[in-house]
Amino acid sequence: MEDPEKTEVVLLACGSFNPITNMHLRLFELARDYMNGTGKYRVIKGIISPVGDAYKKKGLISAHHRVIMAELATKHSSWVEVDSWESLQKEWTETEKVLRHHQEKLEAGGCDRQQDSPVLERPGRKRKWAEQRPEVSQKKSLEPRTKGVPEVKLLCGADILESFGVPNLWKSEDIAKIVGDYGLVCVTRVGNDAQKFIYESDVLWKHRANIHLVNEWITNDISSTKIRRALRRGQSIRYLVPDLVGEYIEKHSLYSPESEERNVGVVLAPLQRNTADINSNPTA
Amino acid sequence: MKSRVPVVLLACGSFNPITNMHLRLFEVARDHLHQTGMYQVIGGIISPVNDNYKKKDLAAAHHRVAMVRLALQMSNWIRVDTWECEQAQWMETVKVLRHHHHQLLRSLSPEEGLDQGTAVSPVPAAAPELKFLCGADLLKTFQTPNLWKDEHIQEIVEKFGLVCVGRAGHDPKEYIMGSPILRRYQHNIHLVREPVQNEISATYIRSALGQGQSVKYLLPDAVIAYIKNHNLYSRDSPGKGNGTRNSGAETGQGGPATAPLSSP
Repeated sequence: MEDPEKTEVVLLACGSFNPITNMHLRLFELARDYMNGTGKYRVIKGIISPVGDAYKKKGLISAHHRVIMAELATKHSSWVEVDSWESLQKEWTETEKVLRHHQEKLEAGGCDRQQDSPVLERPGRKRKWAEQRPEVSQKKSLEPRTKGVPEVKLLCGADILESFGVPNLWKSEDIAKIVGDYGLVCVTRVGNDAQKFIYESDVLWKHRANIHLVNEWITNDISSTKIRRALRRGQSIRYLVPDLVGEYIEKHSLYSPESEERNVGVVLAPLQRNTADINSNPTA
Repeated sequence: MKSRVPVVLLACGSFNPITNMHLRLFEVARDHLHQTGMYQVIGGIISPVNDNYKKKDLAAAHHRVAMVRLALQMSNWIRVDTWECEQAQWMETVKVLRHHHHQLLRSLSPEEGLDQGTAVSPVPAAAPELKFLCGADLLKTFQTPNLWKDEHIQEIVEKFGLVCVGRAGHDPKEYIMGSPILRRYQHNIHLVREPVQNEISATYIRSALGQGQSVKYLLPDAVIAYIKNHNLYSRDSPGKGNGTRNSGAETGQGGPATAPLSSP
């Protein structure tokens, strides 16, 4: 039953998902409960968008595997799905562009045709795999939101919020667009500094109504870094990642000391790009 | 080369309901013991407490057992045991240990053969050991006056041994040093650090369920489905206490021993 008073929301999580863990999946659950609980929103979908290989993060294994693991992880979710558009782009794509891509799809009435993934067949679930068009939208600004169209919001942990402060990691105009045009749903541990961080940033403060802080009562420290470390040391990751993901990792021997050395010495794509922009345009 | 000592890990508790944290205890304990080079973990047992323990909001034993069974569907080395909850009365932990130790020796004796599906030869060179698996919060309860009999504590650490997994806010070394009995048998207490802090408490789970919130990914899907199908832990479940969230420590309950695995 549709409630015309409520704004429909799609939660989009960007990240390495290297690998996806139960903590990532919990973010969606907590965020949905919270947003629905405000009485103003109805969360209709969750999207996991793994970053492309061109991000060049240390230890980042091939997008192909990361997408499949995310699909296995969400196999039994009724509302969270995986989108591979970002991962298929040749160049690294700023988060703001990914948000824009998904918002524009929704504006265009964008329920996809169901497509069978070449790897996992799932009638009745939306899957986007080989048929993605690898273009980046050319629009410069977001058209006024069509009434009744769901709003895409960026779902993240407090670490992303705080990463806004890392020099050259984010373009300041992107941060403004993310919180101004879309909105943030940020899951944080109790007692963490998110509120302070918002207070100390003029742009975040300006759009604080659009930043939803969700309390994570259970300390949940299942980071992908720790998962990879445990795997290198032959330790169990059972019950920290969905069983299907654990089996996939084992079957393909995905994480090793060698895989952890990938991209060592390579500059992270956003740092590379934003520094280059400054260097080529010193007055910016 | 000295052969490894075969070990079975036994965890007692309310399991009200079982969570991924409970299941993790077994995994990290097994890894730890294996990495000492001295042990071979050949099995794990989850023993849900008897209904007569009378802990607040304790769901009926047959439900708690069913949920553990579902949680262990995909595990090839941990099983649920109903002996403790089938007894007419609540019984002290040490008695449960004695029972299972006896069963273990019987099952591995030459006449009975070995039916564990493990890599250990049917007649192990070293006698198998049953070790009590718990969180650091349980170790702390040894200090509570009149909660445990001293001779039971001693028997647990002397005859069986403890595998104790760390929890935030607890310093197990301090508990050991603060107790003469534990100090004396500290060689038989294995302290396991859990590098991935994971504070899923069954208390939180029950509270979240009571408020209609999601607990997905905190416990196995099959257990969540069971809870929904049988209307356990909802605000209007029979025998449910008040539904406010317990944000921290659970008040000490009456009864000669607690089952802190299910405490926050």
